[in-house]
Parts: sequence; structure tokens; C-alpha cells
Amino acid sequence: MTDAPAIIAAIDGQKPHRSLWYDVWAQFSTHRGALAGAAVFALIVLAVAFGPYLHTIDPGYLDYKAKNLGPSWGHPFGTDNLGRDMLAQVLAGGRVSMAVGFTAMGLSLLVGALIGVLAGFFRWLDGPLMRLTDLFLALPLLPLLLVIIMLFRDTLRRAFGPETGIFLLIVFVIGITSWMQTARIVRGDVLALKEREFVLAARSIGTRERRIITRHILPNVLSPVMVSATLGLANAIITESALSFLGLGFPSDFPTWGRLLFDGKDFLTLTPVRVLWPGLAISLTVLSVNFMGDGLRDALDPRIRGR
Amino acid sequence: MLRYTIRRLLFAVPTLLVISFIIFALLDLAPGDPTANLPLTIDAATREQIRLSLGLGEPFHIRYIAWLNQFFIKEPMNILEEWWGGPIGDSAGRMRIRSWSTRSPVVDLIVERTPQTLWVVGMSYVVGILIAIPIGVISAYRQYSWIDQAGTLFSMIGFSVPTFFTGLVLIVIFSVNLNWLPMIYDTTHRVTDWQSFVFQFKQMAMPVMVLALFNAAQISRFMRSSMLDNLNQDYVRTARAKGMKERVVVMVHVLRNSLIPVVTVIALGVPQIFGGAIITEQIFRVNGLGALLIGGIEAADIPLVQTLTFIFAVLIVAFNLIADLLYGILDPRIRYD
Repeated sequence: MTDAPAIIAAIDGQKPHRSLWYDVWAQFSTHRGALAGAAVFALIVLAVAFGPYLHTIDPGYLDYKAKNLGPSWGHPFGTDNLGRDMLAQVLAGGRVSMAVGFTAMGLSLLVGALIGVLAGFFRWLDGPLMRLTDLFLALPLLPLLLVIIMLFRDTLRRAFGPETGIFLLIVFVIGITSWMQTARIVRGDVLALKEREFVLAARSIGTRERRIITRHILPNVLSPVMVSATLGLANAIITESALSFLGLGFPSDFPTWGRLLFDGKDFLTLTPVRVLWPGLAISLTVLSVNFMGDGLRDALDPRIRGR
Repeated sequence: MLRYTIRRLLFAVPTLLVISFIIFALLDLAPGDPTANLPLTIDAATREQIRLSLGLGEPFHIRYIAWLNQFFIKEPMNILEEWWGGPIGDSAGRMRIRSWSTRSPVVDLIVERTPQTLWVVGMSYVVGILIAIPIGVISAYRQYSWIDQAGTLFSMIGFSVPTFFTGLVLIVIFSVNLNWLPMIYDTTHRVTDWQSFVFQFKQMAMPVMVLALFNAAQISRFMRSSMLDNLNQDYVRTARAKGMKERVVVMVHVLRNSLIPVVTVIALGVPQIFGGAIITEQIFRVNGLGALLIGGIEAADIPLVQTLTFIFAVLIVAFNLIADLLYGILDPRIRYD
């Protein structure tokens, strides 16, 4: 007895079926900038994840005899004014910056998608939720972030310890102030989707609203959510660095890329390379993520795909 | 149009009230003691008296209403009075919002710091627009050419590289290595003759360029896509068919129409500039509004921070309104009524 898929494949002319994600990848891989961005981003993530196992100097180890050194074989990025190894600090800082970036992006997507779907799907929630979105868009975000961190820093530090407390606070404030664009885009898509025939069909066979949302609406808003995920990641990394750069982020013995820049900016005349590495790391990460987002937007847009 | 304007203005009032409530509540409910920064030798009873004298003994809603009254009625009256020259009403009995750290009225501090911010930030916005519009026009006119690719890369880089890194790189290049430009912005410098003008130009060059690059990156993208939308319109073909010169078609017909959405984007960006300026002012030690805010936050100067944050919010709401109205005025196809 021959099996069914083999027969179907034979009828189709021996070609395997092209899936949606195969098409998306095909379009994505024609975008040279996006490919380069993905490669650089993967490289940075790998370096940050596995680098500390290869470059085993403790980022907090003080070595006063070797302070303010330029790049050498022992210290490829040089050392700072306390003799700490810069490469180890950049790698350790990258872990924190990436962790903040991904967690804050996740939170912002969750809130944005939830509010967008609710506002788009339930007419009675649309007005209030969109007014809420407008209100959040009218808030002066950077000053407010600074104020929140100033006010709640000490309390959270006492409750969760200096590092975890600040981590939770920064992730929370970035996530809670960057969901508005996602919510607007998702709402627009949901408004169009819920009038489509397949939703009507699902409704007519008695599907519950919860099921319609999770089964039919959510998979279809996945592409705008993915594009805003890339933008959100870039935004979260920049915001965290900006907060640390203004001295209101993590404590100084706990390196992040923004914090390293903040600490390095007072030694510009002595060791100018010190600001180069963390700055380059932030810039390359954000640039590669933005290029990926650009390629992803083209790849997920069916009007562009296949052209 | 007038009806729309009035409706939007009326809608702006509750928005601002809610924002003012959020800001007030956030600062008020936060843990933290305004007397914590005072010397430890002050005993508990005196501390309690200081707290009462700061008005902290009143219930929450009374303090909120008092703050609103102060912000929306009394302080504008004070400003009016200064313009008017003479006293209006009960001017001696009117209270001021006072900074906790300097004890001077917050409004005076803000008035003192605004010119520096406006000079640096305003100039950078103008320079940014002047860079962005030609790039956008050429990128769109020669779509997919090398110049368009270069423009795209430029805007991508300008958009992605944070201002606090470009600023530091510029300092390392132009101040540390080449020693051409001063590292720190001198706010007390007065322009009196040619030499002092050159110095002013030099010290403004770096902060202005940093912010201008960032602004130009965003605006040039909008300019390009707006030009692309218009270049394929029927009226462009008609203009060419009439035998008009290509220069006139692009620079008069297309450019003028493409600028309509860009102008609104520019208006929307103005308040964001103040936010971005916080970081730039910090890098170059410009003694402006951003530096005032950071100083206030570090000193836990709540009245100052409250007022400044709320002024930023007012700017955002105001420029949102201005952008929408400008769009309606510039584009006759848009009718709000």
C-alpha cells in the first residue's frame, strides 16, 4: 500500500509544498541589508552568550597595576581606570542590555497585542482603550521614565536586591511606555480581519469568541506583531542605554552598555577607546535589528512578496 | 475648521487634566521623604513642622486642586504681570511654585534656562530639516540609484546610532584628537564681536550636528516616501505633458505637495526634540531645560520636576493639535467638519 502524501507529491510534480514561512524566508533572503543585519545580530548574541566562557577574566576584577591600558593581547579592548578588563565588561554588559531588551520588548508586545485585539474585537472597548492609547502617546516619556526610576529605585532595591530590583523596574517602565504603536497597528488589522468571511464562518458554526480570537485572529496579526517586535527590541535597548547613560540605570559595578558609556565619558582625554566598544556594541545591535525589521516588513507584506 | 479647532481644544483639556493627575499622583504617592535630604541634626518634631509648612499635611485631593490652581491660574497671572509691567489683582498675596532646592520660583528657573535649549535645539532642528529635504527629494527622484541607497543607509545609521554615542565620538575626534572645538558648552558666553561669534559657532557646532543628524535621518525618510507618492500622480504627468521644465515640475509642483505631510511630521517632532535634548545637553554640559530636569531629579526637587514634566506634556498636546490643524490648512482635500 502506497502512502497518501507520496501520491500527492507525485501529482504536484514531485515538488514539496511551499509553505508561508518558506515564502517569507525567500523574500527575506533577497534583502541584502536584512541578511547582513541578521548575521551581525546573531554574531552579537552568540558573542554575548558564549563569550564569557572563552574570555574568562572576571569583569569585576580590579587590577590597579594594569589601569588605563590600551588594547593588547591580554586585554583586547584595554582596561578602565580601575584596571578592569573592558572586553569582559562589554560582554557582561551585553548580557544585561540584551536581557533588558528582550524582556521589555516581550512585555510591550504582550500589552500592545492584548489592548489592540481587545479594542479591535470588542466595539464597546474600542473607545476607552484607544483614548488610553492616545493618552499614553501624549505623555513625555523620557522625563517620566527618569522620574519613575528616581522615585521607586530605592524601594525596589530594598525589596529585590540592587540588581534584580533595578532590572524589574527598568523592564517594567520600558514595557509599559512603548506598547502604543503595536496596539494601534494590531487594532487596525483586527478591525479588518473580524469582517472577513472566515471569521463569519467560524462564528456561524458556534465558535466562542475566545476561540475565534486565539485560533483565527491572533495567527493573522502575527506579522505586524513580529515587525513591531524588532522595532521594540531596538527601542528597548536604546532606552535602557539612555537611562544608564544619564546615571539612572544600573549601579556602576553592574555593567550594561549604557553604564559603560556613562563611566567612560569622564575619561575621554585619557582613554578615548573606552567609549568606543560599548557605543559600537549598542549601535551595531540597534542597526542590525532595524535592518532585520526592514527586511521582515517587506517579507511579511504579501503585496511586496513574490515581486 | 473653526468648529474642529474648538472641539480639539475642548478635548485637550481633559487630556491635560488626566496627564497632570498622573504626574501629580506619581510624584505624590511615591515612597520617599522630602525632608530626607536635610541634615541629620534636625529632630523629628522640626521635620514634621517642615513637612507641614510644605503643605504635606493636607489631604491628597486638596493638594492636587491647589497645584492645579497654582499651575493654571496663578503662575500664568504672574507671567502676564511681568509682560504688563504693573501689578494685576492681588499680586503680593499670590503664591509661586517654588523649587525645594533653590527656593526660587520654578517659572523663573525655567525662563532662565529656556534660551540655551531653544538656541541649540532649535538650530539643530533647522539644520536637520535643511539636510533632510534635499536628501529626501534626490533619493525619491533617483529611486534605487546609488544616491538613494546612500541616503537610506545614512538615515538608517542616523536613526539607529544613539545621540549619546555620536556625541562622544564627535568629542573624541574634534576636541580630544584635533582640538578644534571646545568640549563643554559655555552658557555665559556673550556674542559681542566677530571673534566671540566664531567661538559661539564653534561651541554650538557639535551639539547641533549630533541632534541635526538624528532629526535629518527621520525627516528624510518621510520626505522620500512623500515625494514617491506624488511623483506618480496624474498631475505630474499633466505638467510634463504641458511642456513644463522638469525642474519646475519637481521643485514646484511635486515638492510643494510633498511638503504637506512632512510639515506635520516636523511639527509633531518638536516636543520630542526637547526629550532628545535632555541627553545631548548632558553630553555637552549645555545648561538648558534638560540639565535643569536632570538636576531636579538628582536633588529630588519635586515641584521643579512636576512643573517641567507637565510643561513637556503640554508641548506634546499643543504640537499634536498644531500638526492636525496645519494639515487641514495646507491640504484643501482634508476637511474635518
